[in-house]
Formats: sequence, structure tokens, C-alpha cells
Amino acid sequence: MARWLARRLLLAALTVAIAITLAFFLMRLAPGDPLSRLGDERPMPAAELAGLRARYGLDQPLLSQYATFVVAATGGDFGRSIHYGRPVREIILDRLPASVLLGGGALLLTMLGGALLGAMQALRRDSPLDRTAGVVSLAAYATPSFWLGLVLAWLVGIEWRLLPVGGFRDPLLAPDAPWMTQVVDLLRHLALPLLTLTVVSIGAVMRYQRTAMLEALAQPFVAAARARGLSERRIRWRHALRTSLFPIVTLLGLWLPVLAAGSVFVESVFAWPGLGSLAAEAVGTRDYPLLMGVTLLVAVLVVLGGLLADLAYAALDPRVRPA
Amino acid sequence: MTAPAPSLLRRTMRVANGRAGAVALVVIALFALAAPLALPDPATQFDIVDGALRPPSAIHPFGTDHLSRDVLSRVANGARISLAVAVIAVALSITLGAVVGLVAGFFGGVTDTIVMRVVDGAMAIPRLFLLLLLVAAWDRLPLAALILVIGATGWLGTSRLVRAEVLRLREAEFVRSAQALGAGARRVMFRHLLPNTIGPLAVAAMLGVGDVILLEAGLSFLGLGVRPPTPSWGGMILEGKDVLQAAPWVSLFPGLAIVATVLAINLFGEALHRAAESRSS
Amino acid sequence: MSPLLEVRDLRVTFPDRATGGVHPVDGVSFELARGETLALVGESGCGKSLSALALLRLVPPPGRIASGSAVVLDGTDVLALDDKSLRKVRGRRIAMIFQDPMTSLNPVFTVGDQITEVVHAHFKVPKQEARDRALKLLNEVGIPDAASRLDAYPHQLSGGMRQRVMIAIALAGEPELLIADEPTTALDVTVQAQILELLDQLRATHGMSMLLITHDLGIVAGRADRVAVMYAGQIVEQASTAALFAKPSHPYTQGLFASVPRLTGPVGHLMPIPGTVPPPSAWPSGCRFRTRCPIVHARSAEMPPMLQVGPEHSMRCWLAEDQQ
Repeated sequence: MARWLARRLLLAALTVAIAITLAFFLMRLAPGDPLSRLGDERPMPAAELAGLRARYGLDQPLLSQYATFVVAATGGDFGRSIHYGRPVREIILDRLPASVLLGGGALLLTMLGGALLGAMQALRRDSPLDRTAGVVSLAAYATPSFWLGLVLAWLVGIEWRLLPVGGFRDPLLAPDAPWMTQVVDLLRHLALPLLTLTVVSIGAVMRYQRTAMLEALAQPFVAAARARGLSERRIRWRHALRTSLFPIVTLLGLWLPVLAAGSVFVESVFAWPGLGSLAAEAVGTRDYPLLMGVTLLVAVLVVLGGLLADLAYAALDPRVRPA
Repeated sequence: MTAPAPSLLRRTMRVANGRAGAVALVVIALFALAAPLALPDPATQFDIVDGALRPPSAIHPFGTDHLSRDVLSRVANGARISLAVAVIAVALSITLGAVVGLVAGFFGGVTDTIVMRVVDGAMAIPRLFLLLLLVAAWDRLPLAALILVIGATGWLGTSRLVRAEVLRLREAEFVRSAQALGAGARRVMFRHLLPNTIGPLAVAAMLGVGDVILLEAGLSFLGLGVRPPTPSWGGMILEGKDVLQAAPWVSLFPGLAIVATVLAINLFGEALHRAAESRSS
Repeated sequence: MSPLLEVRDLRVTFPDRATGGVHPVDGVSFELARGETLALVGESGCGKSLSALALLRLVPPPGRIASGSAVVLDGTDVLALDDKSLRKVRGRRIAMIFQDPMTSLNPVFTVGDQITEVVHAHFKVPKQEARDRALKLLNEVGIPDAASRLDAYPHQLSGGMRQRVMIAIALAGEPELLIADEPTTALDVTVQAQILELLDQLRATHGMSMLLITHDLGIVAGRADRVAVMYAGQIVEQASTAALFAKPSHPYTQGLFASVPRLTGPVGHLMPIPGTVPPPSAWPSGCRFRTRCPIVHARSAEMPPMLQVGPEHSMRCWLAEDQQ
């Protein structure tokens, strides 16, 4: 077990290292360096620019910049944001809670809802309900998150005035309001972005789960369980569902990139102060260190997600549990 | 071994969803090709005759935008751009992925290890973020360059797919005998191995087009993809965002066009997938 | 005494595009007395496993049991039961052991879980009592170190042990009839004899009846009281084991005997019947064996009925008429 884990961790670290390297050099494929566009917005004396370059270490050769970057990034230091002038790490930590709330909530709803809906489809295979859900899930998968966000903002927020369409909390809410009021306010702000992010990612989970459940239901042990006189409910929700959940769990590693990308759009549309909107802002202001910091964090999360999926799989399926 | 391509297509069309997807795709393609000829040219429409932000009517079925342009006509013109970008970019990434996968799988050993480690590392970064890193530096990315970077970030999954197929086939009888007869590496790869990966590749390409339509729309929505005045679906949704309350149709219709197109592609792609699977089993 | 199980004219229908419908099980009738073992023998594809599944109404869709069929267990027609009463037959009165113990056990639950589950399904007993019963059953089917095996997962056991677990699960409902569908086909030859021995012994101690389904006539002798040979969805010969072994009469049965490897006699004497059982849609009219039969009979275009060959010995072949 320990050896397996060590091997797996080592591989994960290698993957992250390669991702960091790729990200660094990809960004440097761009013409000029991260500061060269700074003069576009306001004229800047050459001497001032040279000073800034020295401050950000951009006057060094590329490879030594890379080395410095890797060493710093390993210690959790992603440099200083050009736009905000603050350490990237601080900004990311500020924005992290909102992203965890939205992304984590969406992940949970997607997995649970998708597993349940997909399993129900499989149990009513080829019924009108199954067919409808099949087309709806494909349509959900085909829907751009930012467009769905706009449509929901327009309908629910603007036309029906049911929910707020932007931000994290009501600016008019007193900072010392009772905590219940604050929580309700937060949930009201969370509702639309969460719904949007969940809808666009749940379709794929439903389809995977439906297939997995159909496969499980076709297993000989299901017929054997029936021959033993077990109730249909027990056969479906204990025997078949339990064995059908592995594919979903292994998907965890594939899901995080989807959610991360979705967060960029959804957070931007709803002005949700998380890492996704931060990445979009960083692109808009050409704040490379910031964009790089968010990208690397996402890469680390994706790799960790894959690792976690492997562990969860091992915990769920006795057959692959390493001895 | 490989059944002729028409049989794969015929199996796909046997599935109701596959037929529906195919019909929808043909309609959308015809719309993209023919509609701009019949509709007012949005580029010459900056007059105030029809008025800006008009709701849908008989003359403007999808309404007009803030520059009094016909939204239907712009959606049709946008279809050309969005579809062209997607198709060319996917052709590029499928080719790249196939070559990388073939080489890694066929040669194996150190080549394979290095290539696949790099692919793993690159796949840890979501494709959108790869693109953000690449396009953020440019002020006005030319359309050709946009297609190039989208294509260059899309081959990772394909290379894994092709590699897996090659590993499966490498020991097969017909590959062995070709090698025994003295066929060179290139001949074995492209004459014997590649044709056997056509089924999975076709599926990957089909679904890839849908993904890229969404991706390009997203980039354009962030103002990083296709730049106005060139119409693209994502860019139109962005333009409609500021007039959402007064004229929701400006954003609504290009979005519906995206959903319809990607849904049609996925319906067809899924049927294709099933047809390819049932043949291989 | 009335038989424990009486199967009359059992017919299973599957939809078929070309012919509108096929009957892979086509009019099977037999009886099974209490404590008796009946062997149902035939090549794969002859319909014997499907017949067994039909007894418990487990025919996989889109197949279904045709009307006019009857499966009477101790006076009640199993085919007419509602779902709830049916569950009280499945596992409780008729238990079944399948061919492949690996796939018939759920891989993600422990052996103990899967036994106690059946105990709880059929008896109102507290948890500890169910676990005690499971332990007792594992001991009874000869699993060494049974207490620790309760918490083992199926993949941690050998093939023979898994089949013993399957038998323990089947016994958990204390059934009157045990259906064993090719119980040893997936096992090593050395283990096969042990499992068959165990089944026979358990049948005797529990006073059960047994329906033993197999393609191997070699394992029937000494274990079954009677034998029914199936071909193409029909029973083609039925007799006491002694009578059948003394005088196999149907050309198909004779073919089966010729293909059984014997320990005595010259090697190379094996003479398998040429070809395989055709799929139901390709069964010939008249005698279904005529496409593979070494004998050409004048009336083979007509379907022969079951004809008497001797006391308690009948077969579905026109030759029986000629002999009389």
C-alpha cells in the first residue's frame, strides 16, 4: 500500500512539474515579455520600464528566469501581480473560498444528481422518460455555460426579479447583520451560478452513469440475486448501483478541468469573486504572474483530483484495493 | 479488419439519434452556406432604417442588434466562421494526435515514455487555460493564428487514443506479417496501423468539432477569440450581454444556434461511436 | 405421492424479426419427485439453462414464457404468482446455483454479506443469528477457516471455494429444490468431483430435490436418479439413469455417449456429433435432429411425439415405433 502510494505520488509530482514547465514556456511563446504591453495603456519612460523589468527579473536569460520561477513556485510563491502589485498568492487565497464554494457545490450536485438521474434512466431503459432525459442531457452538454448564465440572469434575475444576478453579497447588507441573514444572502447569490455550472456539467455524468448502471444490471450477479428472492429495490439500489459507481469516481480526475473551465465563464458572467473570474480578469489586464498562478493551482488540483479518484476507486472496489 | 467507411456511416444512420443529428447538421450547413446570400448583408447595414434593438418581427425574425444589424443574418454569417474554425482546428489536432500516438505507440520504449509523460503534464492544464496562456499576449490574434492555437491544444486526448489502439494492434498477425515481409516503420504505421484507428478517430473528430465550437465561442465571449466585426456566435453573445435587459434576443439566438449545432453533432457523434464500437466487438 | 415439481409444456418465446418469434424452449415437460435428482443433459444452445431460468421466471427480456406453460410446485403454479409470492419461492423454495461463481457473486460485497442477505430476505432473524447461520453454512459446505472467510471478498477465494460459497448462499433459504446449472463447468477437473460429491451429500442431508443441468453425461451416472436429454428446445429422451445408460436409444443420446471420454477403452474412440445445435430460427421442420442425424428415416419430415421404448423410458424418435 505504502509503495503503491509513494509511486503514485511521485508520478503526480512529475506530472505537475511537467505542467509547470509547459505553462512557463507556452506563455513565453508570446511576442515580447509580460511587461512589453504595459506601455500600451500609458506612455512610460524607458528607464522606468527597465527598472520594472529588473524588479520582475525579466532582464535575466529565459532559462535562469525559469529556474527562479520553479524554485519560487515550489515554495508556493508565484511572484507579484502586475495589475494589483500584491503577491499572487495573497490574491489567490482571497479568491479561493468563493471558488471552493461554487466549484465544490457544483461538483457535489453534479456527481450526486448525475448518478441518481443516470441510474433512474437505466432502470427505465427506453421509456419516454429515459429518451427525454437522454436528449436533455446531451443538450445540456451542448450548452455554453456563459450563455446559459446570461439567459438565467435575464429570466430569473431581471424579468422575474427572483434572485440577485451578480456578486457575492448584497452591498446594502450591514456587515453586522445576523448570521442567518448573511447565509441566506450568500445562498441567494450562489443559486444562479451554481445552477448554471451544474446544468452544463451534469449531462455527461448522467450519460456515464446510465451506461454504467445498464452494464451493472446486465451482470450475472443481478440475475443471481433475483434468483435468491431478494427484493427488486435491494437488487437495484444496493447491488447494481453500488457496482456502477466506479466509473463516476474515476471521472473525478476528468471533471475538475471541466469545472475549472466552466468556472471562468460562470464566475465572469455573475461577477462571482472566485479564481475563474480572476483568471479572466488577469487575461484582460495581461497580468501574467496572476494568470500563471491560477493556472498552476488548477493544474495541481487536477492532478490531485486524479490521485484522489484512484484512492477512492481503491476504497470502493475491493478487487483493486492494493494489499 | 476495417470495413469500408460507408458501412460505418450506414450503421450510424440506422440509429434514430444518428439520423436526427445528421439531418440537423445538413440543415445547419445549408443555412450557413445559403442563408447569407438571401439575407441582408450585416456589414452594409449600419443605417438606422430598421432601427437598432428591434424585437423579432416578420422582417427581422431574430430582431436587430445595437448597430441595427439583422441578427438572423449575423447568426448565419457567424455559423460560417464558427463551423470553419472548428472543422479546420479539429482536422489539425486529429492529424497531430494521430501522428504523435502512432509514433509513441509504435516505437514504444523511451520515446513513448517521454511523449506520454509530456501529454500527461499538458493534460493537467485544462485546455481553456492553455489557450488563455497562449492568446493573452496578442492584442489582435489573426483568425488563422486562432485556428492554429486551438488546433495545437486539442491533440492530447487523440494521441492517447491512437497510442492505445496501436499498442493493441502492434502484436496483431497482419502487422507481424507486414514486418516479416520487410515493410518499413513508416509503411507499417501509415498503411497498416492508421487505417485501423479510423473508427475511433472519426468519433473523436466528430465530438471534437462540438467541443471546439463551444471553446471558440467561449474565447470569443471573453473577447479573446474571433474579433468583431467578424461575426461569431460567442462574440455576438458578448455584444448582446450589455443590452440583455432591453434586447435579450441579441444574445439568445446565437446561443440557441450553438446549442442546436453542438447537440446535432453530439447526437450524430454518439451514434457513430456506437456504430464503431459494435463493429470492433 | 404427488411430485414436488411438475413442468408442463414449458415454452419460452423470443421475438425474431424474420419469423415473428422463436421458441428456444419448446414444450418441455417433466416431473421431479421429492428427494429425487433429475439430470437435464444437452449441448450448449439446446435450451436447458433457459428452461431452468424459466422455472424461476428469470427469462431475460425480451424473452418471455408463453401462455399455456405451467410450472407447478407442490400444487401452486409458479407462473401465476404475483411478485411478492414469487419472491417467497425464489431462494426460499427453489434455489439456483449458476455456472460461473465469479460473476454470480457480487464482487463488492463480502461473502458473509451475501449469505446473511439471503437469510434476512427469507427469515425474520436478528443480525447475529443470521451471521451464525452464515458461519454454519460455510462450515457445512466445507470451507476451511470459515469464520475468517465471512469477511473475505469473492476475488480472494479460489474458484472451488467460490462455488462452495454459491452453494452456501443457495442453502441459506433452506430450499426444497436445488437447481444446479452446470455447477462445475468453470472449475478445474479435480475440484469438479468434490463439488458434485458435496452437492449430492447436501441434497441427501437436507432432503432436497435436485435438477442437475449439464452437458456432460459422464457426471450423471451414480448421481442422478433419472435423465432427460434435451435437443433444440425439446426433451428427446427421458429415462431412469440405469435404463438410459443400459440402452441409449435416441440417435442424439447415442451421439452424446460416443463423445464422452472414457477412462477405459482405446484413445481416439471419441466421436463427437458433427456440427452444433443450430440457432432456434434455423431449426428444421419435423424431427429437429434430422439435419445432424446419421439415420435417415422415412418419416423424419414429421415431428415425432414422445414414444415409449421401455418401462419409464421414452424418446422423441420414429425409430421407437419401428422397434415395437
